[in-house]
Amino acid sequence: MSKLGNLGARLYRGEVGYDFVGKRMFWYGVSILITITAIVGLAVRGLNMGIEFEGGAVFTTPKTSVSASQAEDYAEEAAGHDAIVQGLGSGGLRIQVAGLDTNTSDQVKSELAQDMNLDPERISAELVGPSWGDQIANKAWQGLGIFLVLVVIYLAIAFEWRMALAAFVALIHDITITVGIYALVGFEVTPGTVIGLLTILGYSLYDTVVVFDSLKEQTKELTKQTRWTYSEVANRSINSTLVRSINTTVVALLPVAGLLFIGGGVLGAGMLNDISLSLFVGLAAGAYSSIFIATPLVADLKEREPQMKALKKRVLAKRASAASQSEPQEAEAVDEPYDEEPEDATPAVVGPPRSQRSQPSSRNRGRGRPSGKRR
Amino acid sequence: MAAPKKGRKQSAQGRPGRTLALMLIAIVALTGGMFASGHTTPRLGIDLAGGTSITLEAQNEPGQKNAINPTNMKTAVGIMERRVNGLGVSEAEVQTQGDKNIIVNIPKGTNSAQAREQVGTTAKLYFRPVLTGAPTGSATDPGASPSPSPSGNSASPSASGKSPSPTPSATATTQGRAVTEGLAAKDSAKKADPTPSSTPSDSASPPADPSGEAAAADVQKQLDALDCSTAKGRAAASEKAAQAEDSETIVACDPESQYKYALGPVAVNGERVDDASAVFATTTGEGWIVQMEFDDKGGDQFAEVTGRLVGQAPPQNQFAIVLDGEIVSAPSVNSAITGGSAQISGGFTQQSAEDLANVLSYGALPITFKEASVTTVDAALGGDQLEAGLIAGAIGLALVIIYLLLYYRGLSLIAIASLLVSAVMTYVIMSLLGPAIGFALNLPAVCGAIVAIGITADSFIVFFERIRDEVREGRTLRPAVERGWPRARRTILVSDFVSFLAAAVLFIVTVGKVQGFAFTLGLTTVLDVVVVFFFTKPLMTILARKKFFANGHSWSGLDPKRLGAKPPLRRSRRVSAPVDPKEA
Repeated sequence: MSKLGNLGARLYRGEVGYDFVGKRMFWYGVSILITITAIVGLAVRGLNMGIEFEGGAVFTTPKTSVSASQAEDYAEEAAGHDAIVQGLGSGGLRIQVAGLDTNTSDQVKSELAQDMNLDPERISAELVGPSWGDQIANKAWQGLGIFLVLVVIYLAIAFEWRMALAAFVALIHDITITVGIYALVGFEVTPGTVIGLLTILGYSLYDTVVVFDSLKEQTKELTKQTRWTYSEVANRSINSTLVRSINTTVVALLPVAGLLFIGGGVLGAGMLNDISLSLFVGLAAGAYSSIFIATPLVADLKEREPQMKALKKRVLAKRASAASQSEPQEAEAVDEPYDEEPEDATPAVVGPPRSQRSQPSSRNRGRGRPSGKRR
Repeated sequence: MAAPKKGRKQSAQGRPGRTLALMLIAIVALTGGMFASGHTTPRLGIDLAGGTSITLEAQNEPGQKNAINPTNMKTAVGIMERRVNGLGVSEAEVQTQGDKNIIVNIPKGTNSAQAREQVGTTAKLYFRPVLTGAPTGSATDPGASPSPSPSGNSASPSASGKSPSPTPSATATTQGRAVTEGLAAKDSAKKADPTPSSTPSDSASPPADPSGEAAAADVQKQLDALDCSTAKGRAAASEKAAQAEDSETIVACDPESQYKYALGPVAVNGERVDDASAVFATTTGEGWIVQMEFDDKGGDQFAEVTGRLVGQAPPQNQFAIVLDGEIVSAPSVNSAITGGSAQISGGFTQQSAEDLANVLSYGALPITFKEASVTTVDAALGGDQLEAGLIAGAIGLALVIIYLLLYYRGLSLIAIASLLVSAVMTYVIMSLLGPAIGFALNLPAVCGAIVAIGITADSFIVFFERIRDEVREGRTLRPAVERGWPRARRTILVSDFVSFLAAAVLFIVTVGKVQGFAFTLGLTTVLDVVVVFFFTKPLMTILARKKFFANGHSWSGLDPKRLGAKPPLRRSRRVSAPVDPKEA
């Protein structure tokens, strides 16, 4: 544990770090590849829509001695449609019949009850007309659209349009990946899935917003110095919030894992499972995208600004001149100060951005911080 | 947001104990309120408690494009409520959801199949002429005397008080209502003979029915057998009456006036009503009246039936407005009404006039309902699902607590305390919201609460990491907390806002189970902000003064050495060269 705590400190000071921004092209590539796979999967395999969207019935029986395959026969006989039967942790069965009308389902239910020697009142049934699923799906899309527009507007106001755009791209990325995984693995899409998916939106952004917040803070007076380019500061923001990002993701995933375990292990299937599965996939994708996609994208966009271009030029020029000069300045001349370093690296070759050694402390530490200004 | 005013910071720093005390008082008050209100558990949704939930989707009738509007939906909900409660189902609830759905929730222990049948069919409104009537067996059954309808609009005293002179009929009849031609309000006093409520046996004896003595006797027998004194009996009666063919005679109860009637074949179908509204008749002094308009064919039919009824002796000059086999009102006819528009007057309150107008317009409601989804959950399964949800929540909470303990050590105690406060508040508020706004905890809502554990814990992580960053800068704990807070606060607010936005959009836009999830998520996000501001922060400030944390005990989670802090800026606890970054 102390190692981990240590790592947090070292990340914070920039002694160790991963060059997220510098290696962005690689990660963009990875993401594009995943996205293409997802889209291809979606196009080829399509989504396995649950009965809530297609219309049909799900019957849940109490503990019964009838086997799953036997129940399947009964159900198909009673309904005249294909049935899918799953055993549940409670010893009951979950019988799913597609294409069943809400009117005929009662009859099917009583026939099933008779076949399986159960009290019809004890069989839980969920009957869904096809239009209900359409309505849910339409509303979900509508919600998605409204949410995206509002969030982009909000981020554009609270931060700036580049960050809003990057967050938007990251969101689309998360959703595509989640949907793609659903298509490829063939998980069933239910309203629970949709709930999970829509929640991811909020959560994925939550992560992104925290990194952006740190980035905004650290780049406030960026143009007044000539030590770092925007990309470098962006990278440091990611690294310094990395511990938090990891902690958040872990803490968010733990309850979801609990849900997934219980949903899958005890209930067999159903709402708990559906929500937690899509949350699990989406949260992972969200954590990844806020670090590897969103922030590097912001850096990319920012570097196009004439101001930032000029800054980069100045920084590079200064470094070049520093390199040709005396030894003590060597540290700052290192091109990639955030590259992964061996654990025992001496501070001298690191050039940590927050190190007091080579920087007037008042200027560096207080930069961009409200609390710093107060003194 | 970024740079708070000095005064505010001072007060927040200066009186953390007071904030904390206020917060605790608020929690105790809320919890006390919960126990005082007697709702100590959240109301459970159908999927957790068992029962039947029916979602009905409104559909325009052909040719009617904009029929699905809030007014019509409200009318429809009113009708549905009548029906479900007519079944004797207690606690059933009917509510609109989204703009075109009605959800009917029927708790366990009631006949869901029957309820489904009732709710799923289209309401039928008919005008039938009265053949004969009798009071609701009050002589034999004392249980009938308390009025079953609480609307309180039928009692003759109220009628007499309102309109003593123009409609004397209202004072004497049990029903006390007259129907007159709509636009020209005629003097109804002369024509309408009072129905003597004191002699019910007389009014029942002359059933001058053209179909013959035998049939009349049969109807009379049916009427005698009709039990309108209990809710169950009425439900059975209206069910039977609702199933009757249009051409059959039926017997039905009028719960409002404590009368039961035998009714002739359908004279006018309720669909023929174009419009109905409650109006306050200022000119005639009749108080509240209900005006209705028929379409062409309905107008003709209504003219025919009123023409036939007008000359008859008392109960037979009445016609009954029958909705789903139950009489809504049975006004007497004072004159043949030919214009296609009519008004019903006598002893209405505003409420009862509007109710009747609503019922009448339901006949004209150009929407039908289709079962979009029906969920029947056995109580045992519901219990299992609730249990599973609670176990999942407990596992989730335990995992988070273990992780926090391992990573943040002593600091995690603050996080755990905050999480518990958050959990208690969520539970209490959910319990209170059940009776307050009809919030029902369903499975997605439980999921939302579990997912929210992560969001809530995240706020603490943001705060703690900020503090640790400040400690790494070489600050001692107290200034570190005060400096880290404004920055953590902004991050927490911004990210919680995004989370809340997602929940709000979900709640407003979506339908069905998604709403329950969104509601919990929104609620817990708001609570998260409350807890962080008024509990975690003051608690942190207080604990930062304690030796255990301030000196950076190795189990406090704030050990400067472990965090790799730079040497202190102001006081040198450790001796090291100030220019060298401390390697931990």
